[in-house]
Amino acid sequence: MKASTLTMATLLAVASQSTLAAELEVEFTNLTKGLYFTPVLITAHDSEDKLFEVATEASTALQAMAEGGDISALVTQATASNSDVVENPAAGLLAPATSASAELMTTDGNEYLSLTAMLLPTNDGFVGLDSWKIPTEAGTYTVYLNGYDAGTEANNELVVEGSGAPGVLGIPAAPGGDAGTGGSGVIIADTNTMVHIHPGSLGDDELEAGNSDLDNTVHRWLNPVAKLTVTVK
Amino acid sequence: MSSTNHFKKSALVLMLAATLAACSDNDNNDSVPEVVDVVEPAPVMSEFTITFSNLTAGQPLSPLSVIAFETEAPWMFGTSASVGLEMLAESGANEEYLAFSSALASASAEGAITPGETTSVVITTEALETLNLSFAAMLGNTNDAFTGLSSVDVSSLAVGESISNTTFAYDAGTEANTETAETVPGPAAGGEGFNELRDDINDVITMHPGIVSNQDGLVTSALGADQKFDNPVSKIVVTRTQ
Repeated sequence: MKASTLTMATLLAVASQSTLAAELEVEFTNLTKGLYFTPVLITAHDSEDKLFEVATEASTALQAMAEGGDISALVTQATASNSDVVENPAAGLLAPATSASAELMTTDGNEYLSLTAMLLPTNDGFVGLDSWKIPTEAGTYTVYLNGYDAGTEANNELVVEGSGAPGVLGIPAAPGGDAGTGGSGVIIADTNTMVHIHPGSLGDDELEAGNSDLDNTVHRWLNPVAKLTVTVK
Repeated sequence: MSSTNHFKKSALVLMLAATLAACSDNDNNDSVPEVVDVVEPAPVMSEFTITFSNLTAGQPLSPLSVIAFETEAPWMFGTSASVGLEMLAESGANEEYLAFSSALASASAEGAITPGETTSVVITTEALETLNLSFAAMLGNTNDAFTGLSSVDVSSLAVGESISNTTFAYDAGTEANTETAETVPGPAAGGEGFNELRDDINDVITMHPGIVSNQDGLVTSALGADQKFDNPVSKIVVTRTQ
């Protein structure tokens, strides 16, 4: 009698482990020297409703985020699919070497964590996390994130006002105020039109000329570009 | 070794004393517990042997600095570099850095290591309940790049056990990444090392954006493609050896 009660309890515990809601504390840090992150979006979701997936075509919602930092369409999608959403925890841009944190209660079945934010100044670069399995054991976990290219816009590296709208070529802004002008445009073929690892910016050493409006000693980066610390309570 | 044995013996004496006291209490409440001299245990020392491997294609790494500490790390991501770290990251010289005021102990590897080379260094420190190690070494052919680990918790590392990590390249934030012959001290340039002027875009420790080089668009750079690097740049293995 005693043994079977124990067995039942164990079975229930094992069964519930994968679906039970979790209480998370997340801290997100911009590791780069010269890049700013647009409003960050973090979602907890099931195995289907991810924000993006490498080697697949970007959704129009992902494109709007990657080219202009607009997360509203991604938020609408995530909410409609019953994901748990943390929207814009930094309340605006996340500057180099700064962090934002948030608390997140996940609902039953939302076992994965995803994250996106556009990298500025880039054409369609973003920092991303795709479907990281939330550990069931309480503890603190660290994940390093890479820079991705949405594959939706050529990386011409020219700062153009209004180019944050999907399909408009250009970098919408350089928040550090350290970009140049008058570049002729980096000539680059948009060969990989799927979401892929960003090849990095080229930049140049001429403020008002050259190919790129970016500064090659300021706007380049190496992966990883961000750190996510997740505390499972 | 002798100090460890000494500690174990005195712990045993204390345990026996507790047992005897409990027994006598049960037998006769009037008896006076025997007084046992408590021997103060000598501090237990821990020894860590660290191996440090240079994984870069063309960056010499300055002598690895190791600092043992309890709570305050000698450097932290996102904060302003100390003058000691600035000197280390701009010139590779680590005397000032190793004199860190909150250090329990510090040690330096004997020399710089070339790409592909591995060196080792030993640090001995008191075995405190909270014990961390911090590491730093300059990437020689850069303005102020360094690699290392801000804090590795070795409190519960048993003798014979190891912790292995690869490391990122950080930018000390204390000198602009001009890559000029005048400002890069390494063999590829031969310029000035430490300069107290802080002229970087932001005076905080961040990840390093990498080398541009004169072959990739920075005409005034003294560096070529040979000096380019990507993460990770080194491997650090900590083994508790005592």
